[in-house]
Formats: sequence, structure tokens, C-alpha cells
Amino acid sequence: MSKVHVQTTINGDQVEFLCVPQQTMLEALRDVLGKLGTKEGCGTGDCGACTIMLDGRLVCSCLMLAAEAEGQELTTIEGIAGPDGLHVLQRKFLEHAALQCGICTPGFIVAAKALLDRNPNPDEGAIRYWLAGNLCRCTGYDKIVRAVQDAAKELAYQA
Amino acid sequence: MAEAVDLRVVGTTPVRPDGVDKVTGRAQFGADLNMPNMLHGRILRSPHAHARIKRVDLSKALAMQGVYAAVSGADFPMLASGEVSGEAGGDLADIARNVMARDKALYHGHAVAAVAATSLEVAEQALDAIEVDYEVLPPVLDVLEAMAADATLLDEQCFTKGLSETPDKPSNIAAMVKLARGDLEAGFAAADVVVEGEYRIPMAHQGYIEPHACTATVNEEGKATVWCCTQGHFDFRTMTAHILGCKIADLKFIASEIGGGFGGKTVVYLEPVAVMLSKKAGRPVKLVMTREEVFRATGPTSGSVVRVKVGARKDGRITAAKAWLAYEAGGLAGAPVGPGVMSIFAPYDLDNFLVEGYEVLVNKPKVAAYRAPGAPQSMHAMEVALDDIARQLDMDPLDLRLRNAADEGTQAPYGPKFPPIGFKACIEAAKKHPNYLAQVPEGAGRGVAAGFWFNIGMQSSAEVRINEDGSVVVMEGNPDIGGSRASMCLMAAETLGVPYEQVKTYVGDTESTGYCMVTGGSRTTFATGMAVVRACEDIIAECKARAAATWGVDKDQVEWQDGTAVPAPGVNADVNPLSLADLAASASATGGPILGKASLNAQGAGASFSINFADLKVDKETGAVEVLSYTAIQDAGKAIHPAYVEGQMQGGAAQGIGWALNEEYIYDQDGVMENAGFLDYRMPVASDLPMIDTEIVEVPNPSHPYGVRGVGETPIVAPLGVAANAVRDAIGIRINDLPMSPPRILAALDAA
Repeated sequence: MSKVHVQTTINGDQVEFLCVPQQTMLEALRDVLGKLGTKEGCGTGDCGACTIMLDGRLVCSCLMLAAEAEGQELTTIEGIAGPDGLHVLQRKFLEHAALQCGICTPGFIVAAKALLDRNPNPDEGAIRYWLAGNLCRCTGYDKIVRAVQDAAKELAYQA
Repeated sequence: MAEAVDLRVVGTTPVRPDGVDKVTGRAQFGADLNMPNMLHGRILRSPHAHARIKRVDLSKALAMQGVYAAVSGADFPMLASGEVSGEAGGDLADIARNVMARDKALYHGHAVAAVAATSLEVAEQALDAIEVDYEVLPPVLDVLEAMAADATLLDEQCFTKGLSETPDKPSNIAAMVKLARGDLEAGFAAADVVVEGEYRIPMAHQGYIEPHACTATVNEEGKATVWCCTQGHFDFRTMTAHILGCKIADLKFIASEIGGGFGGKTVVYLEPVAVMLSKKAGRPVKLVMTREEVFRATGPTSGSVVRVKVGARKDGRITAAKAWLAYEAGGLAGAPVGPGVMSIFAPYDLDNFLVEGYEVLVNKPKVAAYRAPGAPQSMHAMEVALDDIARQLDMDPLDLRLRNAADEGTQAPYGPKFPPIGFKACIEAAKKHPNYLAQVPEGAGRGVAAGFWFNIGMQSSAEVRINEDGSVVVMEGNPDIGGSRASMCLMAAETLGVPYEQVKTYVGDTESTGYCMVTGGSRTTFATGMAVVRACEDIIAECKARAAATWGVDKDQVEWQDGTAVPAPGVNADVNPLSLADLAASASATGGPILGKASLNAQGAGASFSINFADLKVDKETGAVEVLSYTAIQDAGKAIHPAYVEGQMQGGAAQGIGWALNEEYIYDQDGVMENAGFLDYRMPVASDLPMIDTEIVEVPNPSHPYGVRGVGETPIVAPLGVAANAVRDAIGIRINDLPMSPPRILAALDAA
């Protein structure tokens, strides 16, 4: 079976890769491109551990075909921190002890950033419903919600 | 006890040392290691819940292009029974048969064979080429039916353990455990009220987000290196060595970061298979489970039937309590019925009780430890019974519990007298808590329940090394599942008298640090923490000796203050104090690098008690339950890093709420789990829960230098009773069985 040639942008980098037609974006990220920060928790779009941004939309990379990345712009957890260091969300997750094992954290941070990009001042309910596609089994979500609230506050203050 | 001393850093909440790598995607978890020349493995699993395996033929798979190895049960040695101790424990022969079925497949999903190939796709095709002849047997799925005399047997060699006489006939009852005290009949005769009930809870899964994964490579000398996500790489090494019949020294285990475990990663599934495949293939082999495999083939916790009868006087004093427990073990023995029996009455001071527990084989996955294994099922029944008594006596449920609460000196139902414990302190804290003083919202119900876990100590090791600049390296062997590196750093910094930032903690592999038992039993901060403190004391003794030699004074004329050697008061040495950095810099002249070490078998893990309460609202149209508020109060002994202690309490509450309201293994009549995915196995998501309020009570554990009790497991125990009692309060109907999912609530409402 011939492979598909894909040209895309990941975290601002021009990337080319070959994939088999049925390969998911998650598999391409992890197995072809070595971007192992994006995690697989279920492979069926239920846990959100593989969350990435696709042209400003939040997607489970396990539900997206790698070939669909052609011409798109992707952001993964590796693209969240900037040249000045950690993103505010990453810092707040650390300060609030919003991770225990850390396997769901990349997905949560990508999802939370997508939320704050859209809605800089979400209330608790908005945060909880936005993040309802991301499973965390360790924290009970309390400290995650607080970290996102605090990050929103700091971003608003900076703006 | 360091209690009288002002603590500088213990009790603060700094950022964990491994945190940055975990928020940036750098941290390497089980599935994140790829090795050069690596093959991909897949496991063939039984399509039947109960079947004799007549023949496994690997030849067609092995003949395929790109397939380098295939194994089945015949490739593994048959093991005689032999116990592995501790929370990860069990019978090695059973663990081995769970890793790879031999004569029988005992549950749908039981591993029957495995292959290693150049790609996952080829490996999948190879699985299809493996021929297995099964003689399908009727599955045994109900725990009570499994106990019947005429039940189909899972294991013809299963003779119930724990009876006064070994039975002459095999059965599905693997073991019986019994505890008793006093005169039950007289106790019930003295009661003004007696309540009783039967409570059923199906299997529930730990639900860690990271599926099991490992990569093994065996070289031509037979030396194996295994990278895996585990709660205890030393114990994984031991189990793997036994299962494969190889030497411990031939196995090196490296623990990856671990994406949750909750007890479920204390036992091997993939590792012996990966090593065997790699040995045969001569190349590294990676095995990663799918989520479906995690549900079908790794340990959930026991489904249970618990019957309880409790009598009390009008003043609330319990006069007698009786319980009968039947716990599903799955296809092979190992149910936590012992701790279920020992915990059910543990929070209470009882004169008369009897509890009997049965461990029962059924054709479902072999259970594994799940957070306070065995306690939530049995304690749910007792906490519900107490709620019924409080209602009949028109007594506040906290007052009822306070009236009967165990305290220092109370003889625990399981034997020892309690040292100082914090149960009464938790109840008192609950009574004063603003959430408890607040009115129950209109239309909602409130539930109260207690939680408990024994906690364990056992063996740990730690080494502490001082770098040339005085910075401190702590090396220990417990995978960090929820912030334990931070706790180790805090205890080391406190003991050494240096800033937190000066200390870094690393989890060593099995060749770079000494044995540490699994991260489980809420033992790590207690036992390994104690080893770290002792190793730091070793450093201090060494530093004092070197300062004494430098100054030409006796060792006992040197004191250690704030990370610095100083002359003792009255010692008239005209010298400059020597900091850890000074001593490190001069180490080459004073005896070489500065190292400290400790190893111990920690005793005196203090039991941890809790009180939880919540306000819930039931939607009578849909049967859905909304959690309006949840409050967890727990004795931590001493919270080393309070934010991570709160995190344990909140996470355990969320798991317990999920178990109480939605989570369950649903089987069809053939023994096939019907909801083996996160869509249908419904764990709580962020929008299902409110903030979870916590209050940490601190009644120091006298056996730990900083007063630590384990905190990880107790949090999951109370929520089951809390939810059951709150739903009872909200709708006026007692629902005995969990989960109280919408269909079950609607059925109860319809029946009323």
C-alpha cells in the first residue's frame, strides 16, 4: 500500500512526512514524528489525552487521520511553552498542584489554552464543561479548574 | 518526633521537581520509549469467558514474513504456589497463569498467546494466524451462584483456605476469613434498634488514564532490561524472575513515569511476556495495551455482596454487629476479602461482632488492588447501616459515629490496640465545618460516612548524595505517582536544614538504588520518607565528623544548625561554621564524597481515618444525581506537602463518587464485558463534579519522624456511603446496590 505524503505545520515548523492512509494523527505524531508529548489514553476520542489544536480547533488526534493534516496548522503540547519559558497555564498547573501522575496534563493544557484563547474570562461552569472531554483520574478536577481560573486572571491582568 | 521543632519547609507547597517535564510533554511514560531495531508485540486473548484450551498452534504465525517470535502458555514454566507479600501480593502461580493462560482461559480477554513482529499491523495479522482449539465451558458470573454446591468449577484444585478443616471437595470458594469478638446474641438482645440489609456492588476499574506499556530487550547473554509503567519496579522484577524462572540479577527494571495506577499497576501483565518475546526474537519488543484490553484483562476490584446487621441502644451505642462478605476474585484467587473483613468495623469500638468473608472465583478478570482494596465495598454496607440507625434514633449521623468512635487504646477489630488516631478529631472537625453547619439546599439530600485504611510500612531504601557545590541528590526507588518526589525533597530539606530548591529527588532503577516495595498501601511518604530522613541524618553525622576533624575537636562538640556545622555551645573553638557547600567543597581533603544511606523495614504505619459528607440532588425525571457540594476531612498525621494531600483526598472522592453513581462492569450472559471503553464505563468528568472541599486533620503518627500517616487510600472509602446516604436523604428511598446510576434510581422511584 503506497504511503501518503503530507505537508503541514506543527508548532510553527514546516513538516513533511509519509503515512499510511489509515494512520491517525496521534500515531503520526508519536510514531513518525517523535512528538511523544501527546498521549494515548483510549484511542477512541473519549479521554482527551491526545488533544491537539488543528487550525484553532480542538481535536482528539486519535480521531483524525494523519493525511488530514495536509496544509493545516497544528499545535501540540510541545508548542505551548514559548521562548520566554512556560505558558501561564503550565506555570499555574504547577503552582496549583493540578497534576498528580501527569499523563492527562498535556491534553488538559492544550484544551485549556484553546478555551482561554476564545474566552479569556470563563466562569467555573464554562471551564468544567469545556474540559469535560478530558479525563483526569487523579485530581478530581478541583485543582485543574482552579489553575485555569488563576491563569485566566493573570492573563487578563497582563492584557 | 520532630513535632516540637518549628518546621521550615515541611508543610509548604512548592512546585514538584518533576513538574516542568510533565506540563511540557517531556516526561517519558510507559509507551514513550522506542528502541533501535524494536519489534511490536500483540497479545491474543480468549474470546470465551470460560474454556479449556485444547491446543495452541503458533506455527502459521511464526511462518509469516516479519514475525520474529510467538509464545503461548507452554513457553512459560509451571510454577508451584508461592506467596508474594504486601499489597502487590498474591500467589505467584496465579499471577503467572494470569499473565498467560495454561490449560484454561478463565475470563474473556485472558491472554492465550503473543507475537512480536516488525509492525503492529503484522503482529495483528499474526494473531489471526494462531490456531487455538477451545472447549467452551459455561461461564460462572454471579458470585452467589458461584458459591452454590452444584456450581461449575473454575479450578478443580481449589479447596477453600482458611477453614478449620480443609474441605474434601473443591469449590469456587478460594478462601474464608473470619473475625469475631464478644457475645453476638447478647449484644443483639441488648439492642433497642436493629437494622440489616444486603448490598451489592459490581466490579469497578481503577481507570488510570495510561494503559499498561513496556519495552523489553534481552541481549545474547540473557541479560534483560525492561522499561515499564509500574507502581513498583523492584516487585515487578521479582515477579518476572519467578514467572520466567530466571535470576533476579539477569533483570534490570526501569520505571517510566507512571500515568496513574491506584493499585492496578502493582502486578505484572505484560512484562514477562515482553521479556520472553524479546529473548526469542533477539530484538527489543514493545507491548502496549489498548484501553479495551485494560478493561477486559487487567484487574478491576472485586464485585461484592455484603450483608450486615447492626444493633444499637437508644443512646446510639452499638451493641452488636454482624457481617457476611462475598467478594469476586475473578478467574484466579486474590480478592481483597481479608482487608474487607478487617476494615468493615475498624472505625468503631465494638464489644460484640462477627464478620465472615468469602473469596469467590468467577469468570471475570483477576482483580488487582484498587485504592484501599476491599474496604469501600464492606464499609459502604456498615456506613449505610449506621445511617439507618441514626434515622431510627433521630440522631445526628456524626453524633452516632462519635458515640462509637475508635480512639487511642481501642482494640481494633483486627487485633492491635490503636496508637493515637484521628477519627474523633475528624468527626469533631466535621461538626464544626461551615458546609455541615449550612442548611441542606432545597430538594437535596445530605449523606455522611466514615473512611479508613490501615496503611502499610515495609521495606524501603534511600541514598543521599552531596554534590560538589553542596546541592543534594536523593535517590530512592518508589515510582512517583502523585508528587512523592516533592515530599521526599521537603523531608530531606527539613532534616538537612537546607532550602527545598537545594534538593532534587530521583527514582532510581533496580540497579541504581536499593529495594523499595511498591508505591502502594499509602506507604511511600511514610516508609520511603523515613528512609530518606534517616539517610539525611547519616549525612549530618558524617558532616559533623568532618567538621570536627577540620576543627580538631571531638565529634560531639559539633552541632548541626540550619544546614551548617557549628561548634556546640561552650566549645571554645575559634572557627567559622561550615555549610553543606563548604563541606562538599573540602570533601576531597576530608575523606572523599559525602554520602548517606538508610534501609529499613518501616513499622508503625498509622491508620488514617476520614469523615466525608455531601449534598446531592436527584433529578426525578432522568434519575441523574448532581453533586452540589462535597467535603472530605481526613487525618494525614502530618501533611508534608498539603496540596498533594488535598489532591489525594479530592481524587479519591471523585473516584468514589464515580463508583457510587455510575461506574460498573456490565456483562452479557456469555461473560463478555459490554462497556469496555471510557464512553460506556462512565468515569466522572469535570462537569460532573463541584469543587471538593478538604480539611486536613493532623494527629501525628508517633512512628514517623514528622508524624506522617499514609493518605492515598482512605479517600476512596467514604464516598460510597456518603452518596448512598445522601440519595436516601434526597428521595426517601434506600437504594442498597451501587452504582446508583440513572436507570437504577428511576427503577427505585418507579417501585416506590
